[in-house]
Amino acid sequence: MTTWAIEVEALSKSFGNNRALSDIDLKVGRGEHVTVFGPNGAGKTTLVRILSTLSKPSTGMVRMDGEDIRSDPAKIRRRIGMVSHETFLYDDLTVYENLKFYGKMYGIPSLEEHIHEVVSQVKLESRLYDRVGILSHGMQQRVSIARAMIHSPSVMFLDEPEVGLDPRAVIMLRDVLESINTPERTVVMTTHNLKQGLEMGDRVVILNRGKIVYQASKGDIDMANFPEVYEHYTGTAE
Amino acid sequence: MKGSVGKIFTIFWKDILLEIRTKEIITSVLVFALLVLVIFNFAFEPETATMGLVAPGILWVAFTFAGVLGLNRVFAIERGNSRLAGLLLCPVDHMVIYWGKLLGSFTFMLAIEIVVTPIFLALLNLPLLLPRLILIIVLATLGFTSVGTLFSALAINIRARDIMLPILFLPIVVPVVIAAVEATVVVLQGDPWGDMLTWLQIMIAFDIIYLVVSTLVFQYVVEA
Repeated sequence: MTTWAIEVEALSKSFGNNRALSDIDLKVGRGEHVTVFGPNGAGKTTLVRILSTLSKPSTGMVRMDGEDIRSDPAKIRRRIGMVSHETFLYDDLTVYENLKFYGKMYGIPSLEEHIHEVVSQVKLESRLYDRVGILSHGMQQRVSIARAMIHSPSVMFLDEPEVGLDPRAVIMLRDVLESINTPERTVVMTTHNLKQGLEMGDRVVILNRGKIVYQASKGDIDMANFPEVYEHYTGTAE
Repeated sequence: MKGSVGKIFTIFWKDILLEIRTKEIITSVLVFALLVLVIFNFAFEPETATMGLVAPGILWVAFTFAGVLGLNRVFAIERGNSRLAGLLLCPVDHMVIYWGKLLGSFTFMLAIEIVVTPIFLALLNLPLLLPRLILIIVLATLGFTSVGTLFSALAINIRARDIMLPILFLPIVVPVVIAAVEATVVVLQGDPWGDMLTWLQIMIAFDIIYLVVSTLVFQYVVEA
């Protein structure tokens, strides 16, 4: 059995003449937390969409636990949880109804128990029967994390989950994200937030114009100088 | 298979629950369909030979345009918050999503027709219960929504989707609408079953072909 949770080989993605990703090679170990930085348009979301089976690569290969993700996408999706800056939630359903809907779609046994468990993890027990539309964006993001956790995925994709949140909500979100991190769970997170990304990642990748331009383990990074490194490789400040 | 059926009903029930909360589809579509009937009723005198000829057309114009209005909403509810991505991330075959949404649009359209048809028949001084008309409505609605659900998914990422959906979709459903109009003429004139058999066969064939084709094509429509 391969030690890699995710293997990406020569991955490219084009939209018409626009090349969004170009020859991406990336390996993520089981339980590893990788942070992908990059400016707007670098290809971060495209990369996450491909890894999560939402989009197909133009060329190249993606394997999850050694299995080509295109061979049986439904089976692969069972292992994946995704939190994006969009919540995937229905505003006119309650927190409970949203979680029940997604739980049923994942075929979760003892769903009631799971719902209460994930809601308590994101500290929203008191809002369980409130409609999602009346919650603040920060609370909705926490419900979104509960939704992504409902089937206990082994791989989590976090696609700029902090976008649109105020600083207090970002801190709250970070605490929740840290609380769901377990040594067995592989996490790939894209973010603009250098501080948060460095804190949460074991390894850092910088993506610019569809290419990986920098990769380093956390231990090899000079945290204080990282903003300059980022600026050097992307041409933009954080 | 059993799991897939359960998930189809999970999607269906979610759409029903959302509609009960928002009443977005039923209210707008029902008002539109009733308005079409009332306006046409003023244009043509009831109990005249002309009315007998145009009545089936009026009914199906009301259903067709009201149906387009409703179908525009079927996948629109999955647009906000990237809910479609949330659905596509679920570990199910994409055809499960298609059938769940189809069941919803079929039910919504049938609910509108259950309200509109008796009013239409009352305006024409006809009996309120015509079993043959019920059969026609069910068959035509199934064909209409099987294609419409697919095109609603196709239109979700098109900027001018409100205009594009009818332009793309109506030419495809013309055969089933024509068959429904012709079969309705037979029913309203009280002609025998045999006279509408060909039209029923066309509707059944259309339903089968488009249910199969739409189920197979759906995954390519929703995948980037």
